[in-house]
Amino acid sequence: MLQKVFYIFVKIAVLFLLGLNVRRKDLLPFEGPAIIVANHNSHLDTMVLMALMPLSKLKDIKPVAAADYFFSSPWKAWFSEHVLGIIPVERKREDRTSDPLEGCYQALHKGQVLILFPEGSRGEPEEMTGLKKGISYLAEHTPGAPVVPVFTHGLGKALPKGSFLLVPFFCDIFVGKPITWAGDRTQFMNTLQDRFNELSSEKTFAPWE
Amino acid sequence: MTLQAIHWALIGIWGLLTAASLIVYILSKRSEKNLSELVQRTQSWWVMVAIFTVAFLVSNTISIIVFALISFLALKEYFSMIPTRRADRRVLFWAYLSIPVQYFWVYDSYYGMFAVFIPVYMFLFLPFASLLSQQTEGFLKSVGTLNWGLMLCVFSISHAAFLLILPTIENNSAGGAGLLLFLVFLTQFNDVAQYTWGKLFGRRKIIPGVSPNKTWEGFLGGVGTTFVLAIVTAPLVTPFSLAHAAAAGLLIPVAGFIGDVTVSALKRDLGVKDTGSLIPGHGGILDRIDSLTFTAPLFFHFTRYFYY
Repeated sequence: MLQKVFYIFVKIAVLFLLGLNVRRKDLLPFEGPAIIVANHNSHLDTMVLMALMPLSKLKDIKPVAAADYFFSSPWKAWFSEHVLGIIPVERKREDRTSDPLEGCYQALHKGQVLILFPEGSRGEPEEMTGLKKGISYLAEHTPGAPVVPVFTHGLGKALPKGSFLLVPFFCDIFVGKPITWAGDRTQFMNTLQDRFNELSSEKTFAPWE
Repeated sequence: MTLQAIHWALIGIWGLLTAASLIVYILSKRSEKNLSELVQRTQSWWVMVAIFTVAFLVSNTISIIVFALISFLALKEYFSMIPTRRADRRVLFWAYLSIPVQYFWVYDSYYGMFAVFIPVYMFLFLPFASLLSQQTEGFLKSVGTLNWGLMLCVFSISHAAFLLILPTIENNSAGGAGLLLFLVFLTQFNDVAQYTWGKLFGRRKIIPGVSPNKTWEGFLGGVGTTFVLAIVTAPLVTPFSLAHAAAAGLLIPVAGFIGDVTVSALKRDLGVKDTGSLIPGHGGILDRIDSLTFTAPLFFHFTRYFYY
């Protein structure tokens, strides 16, 4: 309920303040088990991807996020869990008590959709960094779940890391064809990287020095 | 409620659009060619005309807000399209903030501030805001592009809204609303007329280096049609004499054409086809209001000089 109310506002804000240009929206999975993999530029990334989903499906769509950031204070933890519906992942080795991806496995098992940012951190706005391998473990563990690559552009301009001032920009969201697990981790990561390269070269973007 | 001139004008526009839709429908049934873009365009026209009609009928304030939103969406499209500097994020924010301020002067009928706020105050303020980041590389280009966008998307378009609050005068019971309807209708009609004439008879290209679809046949046919329509409709909603109606009937299509090709040149420079994807069949909002960015200020000052 809380989540629905929150995302009604988010949907309005996203459509009016930003404005989205979505290509191939029909390739986005609303039903699990499935994994949406996106590049990470801004706190807006998760909000915008969630805003593309139908309200009735939101409770089964789970963003995967760093535990050390989103569960760092009681207030943040409550918001992350109840409103954003985040699955926490421990980034630092010393904090881990069990397999850090356990929560993700369970969610996929329950037929939920994961939203994952395999760059690990938001990094420099509008620049992609290398993909972390965690995603290939998930794909191997749940081979039936399609992995859908999504490339976003513009969100890092609107609200980059370290800024609180939202400046409106239109955002492009390109959804790619799903990838399925074929048995090899390195090959999987290469295919995923190739898909991202293809998606990011679909349009020439104005430079942002 | 008795029907006034402005209501008849709106009914006329709905009638024209209905007729156009019927023609498009028949064409799409008969023709072998794929006319889906034409169908999409017509559907978008219905939405745009509906928004305008509601704004007109409800209140001036709503209409002013609608124009402010158009400026906002156009400026956002422009800023998303052009190269910008990371250091200028805050400057872009100030540029956006000028929209509510500029449209407040319209709402307040404060002509003195309306006329100078962007070309004087924002023009001087934006470079200052930009230099505060102390990044001088690309300074000139950045200040130039930001100011031009602000003039085009906000200052120019706000002139259309200012027409709305011009008072009713002798010979014109429709007042400012009539003038605005006259401007917007003829500007948009001229776009369609030039496009249609160009499609049917276009041969000799005018400026193929900028816009390969623009032909002399399309341009002259459009100017002629718009000119006739201006003379016919002017007595209904404007205070214009025959000579002034004729002058406005030339000013709007010619300025509209120049606005259109100016935005085309910008798109060509940036290597994009459309400025956005907001209006199905038309592209972005800047694609739709490109002519208006030139006709609005010119028509406003033409009218103000002779009648206010």
